[in-house]
Amino acid sequence: MQAVKYARATSVDEAVQMLRDGGDVARVLAGGTDVIVLARERRRDIDLFVDVKHIPDLIGVSFTAGQGLSIGAATPLYDVYNHADVKAHYAALVEASHVIGGTAIQGRASLGGNLANSSPAADGIPAMIALGGVAHLAGPNGKRDVSIAEFCTAPGRNVLETGEFIVSLSFPDPAANSGSAWERFIPRNEMDIAVANAGVYIALDGDTVTDARISIGAVAPTPLNVTAAADALIGKPLTDDTIEAAAAAARDAARPISDMRGSEQQRKHLTGVLVTRMIRKAVARARGEE
Amino acid sequence: MTTDERIVVTSTINGEERQWLSSSRDSLLEALRERLGLTGAKEGCNNGNCGACSVIMNGRLVNSCLVMAAECEGAEITTIEGMAQGEELHPLQTAFLEEAALQCGICTPGFLISSKALLEWKPDPSEEEIRFWLAGNLCRCTGYDKIIRAVEKAAEEMRS
Repeated sequence: MQAVKYARATSVDEAVQMLRDGGDVARVLAGGTDVIVLARERRRDIDLFVDVKHIPDLIGVSFTAGQGLSIGAATPLYDVYNHADVKAHYAALVEASHVIGGTAIQGRASLGGNLANSSPAADGIPAMIALGGVAHLAGPNGKRDVSIAEFCTAPGRNVLETGEFIVSLSFPDPAANSGSAWERFIPRNEMDIAVANAGVYIALDGDTVTDARISIGAVAPTPLNVTAAADALIGKPLTDDTIEAAAAAARDAARPISDMRGSEQQRKHLTGVLVTRMIRKAVARARGEE
Repeated sequence: MTTDERIVVTSTINGEERQWLSSSRDSLLEALRERLGLTGAKEGCNNGNCGACSVIMNGRLVNSCLVMAAECEGAEITTIEGMAQGEELHPLQTAFLEEAALQCGICTPGFLISSKALLEWKPDPSEEEIRFWLAGNLCRCTGYDKIIRAVEKAAEEMRS
């Protein structure tokens, strides 16, 4: 491990100050499952960890009917997927957060960290995009909100400026008759990085789709919010044809690379399969069938 | 040029308050093994993949290689050393012995701690739930089946 100092912040303002004083070699420490490895392997020049887990705004889950869900950015995944309201209303979030690393990773790793790490293959981000999430940020220039769909800008890069960090993540209360789902393809049963993944949110009025968001991951430099796929469904009756049109739009939006995990062709194919399946699963949930 | 800092950390480890001098660059695993003489948690991969360093921190299963010692100020930590009560083994430890759920043994402290956290979360897990929960603990000897059987046996024993 490189020589690194540690500071514990107890308020957002104090963390902003510590990060400002620390300059660009200061890094936020939430669950540490990515940043401690980066420091240990000297892949980043880090000389100060600012621990944000003792700031009340960054820890905890709260849900208010009619308003929605708020998750402190540093809340461990274990506390997210075991939360009764998350289980009841945000199935895609449960499915994604339950497969990020193993159980011991989930005792520390957070959705804020997953977003800030901005991996193209992040499992949490497509689920958060599908659920219409917003990231609430704080930094030396004050506070601002950024749609999670617009947060990542390139592999490992995002809109965060030096000294800026994620305080919390919020999600609207899903409409009545709506459902969400998320899944990834990996060649193993667990503990792997996605070859492709997809998150879907759908709201229905009878057989007509009234709202939809479709997000895909591991098939582009950033997780994608595929509005063309959502547009292929919104206002239309739910049929095999409209579902296939949405899947085709997602396949068209995917621009994957070929690497050790999968080829470009395989990833495009998987994108269509996963989007189709997740639409059907979200619809089944919207109808109360599962 | 950055230097690390000498820090004093106070935690409750296996029910006992411990205070120790650490470096701000120490991981919890390094502090346990090198500062506190608790060598039960093992270093396998040192990057969160193998689970050999598993401990329970504030009620959550964690990889101690991915926790900074400085974060442990005020924390409650359970390590493998806290699992047996004196000479009396925990039911999971007994079941691992009886089911021969170990060979070389380096992964065993991690599996035991992880299994303990599992049974605290759910006293009657299905086989699938056991396998999923333990997916972050790697064993290169047993092929896992004996470990799964030992956890099932201990769970049954603890429920009765």
